Amino acid sequence: MSIQDTIRQTVTENPVVLFMKGSAQFPQCGFSGRAVQILKACGVNNFVTVDVLADAEIRQGIKDYASWPTIPQLYVNGEFLGGSDIMYEMYQSGELQEVLKDLAN
Amino acid sequence: MSAIIEMMRQRLAALAPEHLDIEDDSASHAGHAGAKSGGHYNVLIVSACFSGKSRIERQRMVYDALGDLMQQGIHALALKTLTPDDL
Repeated sequence: MSIQDTIRQTVTENPVVLFMKGSAQFPQCGFSGRAVQILKACGVNNFVTVDVLADAEIRQGIKDYASWPTIPQLYVNGEFLGGSDIMYEMYQSGELQEVLKDLAN
Repeated sequence: MSAIIEMMRQRLAALAPEHLDIEDDSASHAGHAGAKSGGHYNVLIVSACFSGKSRIERQRMVYDALGDLMQQGIHALALKTLTPDDL
């Protein structure tokens, strides 16, 4: 299976996936840490994280997958929503809570 | 002004910004892994080009304008993309 297929499978089989640097417990980058905090603030605790620092192929592959040059990247029900700046703007406006309301746990 | 910020300004001119703030935030990230490969920058850009575009589309326009600086020179970028109507 190609790396693009692996990524597609990950984001379609899990409702909320965050590609990040480090883990939810130990983020290795301020932007990734902020993305985790925003998800938790939306009541979502059961999301899947993929640590791109653990796999160089994934790290490049996820940039190609969304044609998006930066990490973190948030996927909800297979759809790319954005990075941490967009997550924060959507959180401030209440849009993110709306998108995630059925996925909060 | 650092050379990289000057290059960012030149490239972002393609988006005809009415307002452009670029702040070098590298000092607050000195020493962390990846900081060697480029700086951290906070960018606020106001442009009519963003009208009618989604957040993802707006940020893509900025990334596209910055081009290879995203791979070389810029390690991290915090972006605010507004239209004059958002102000």
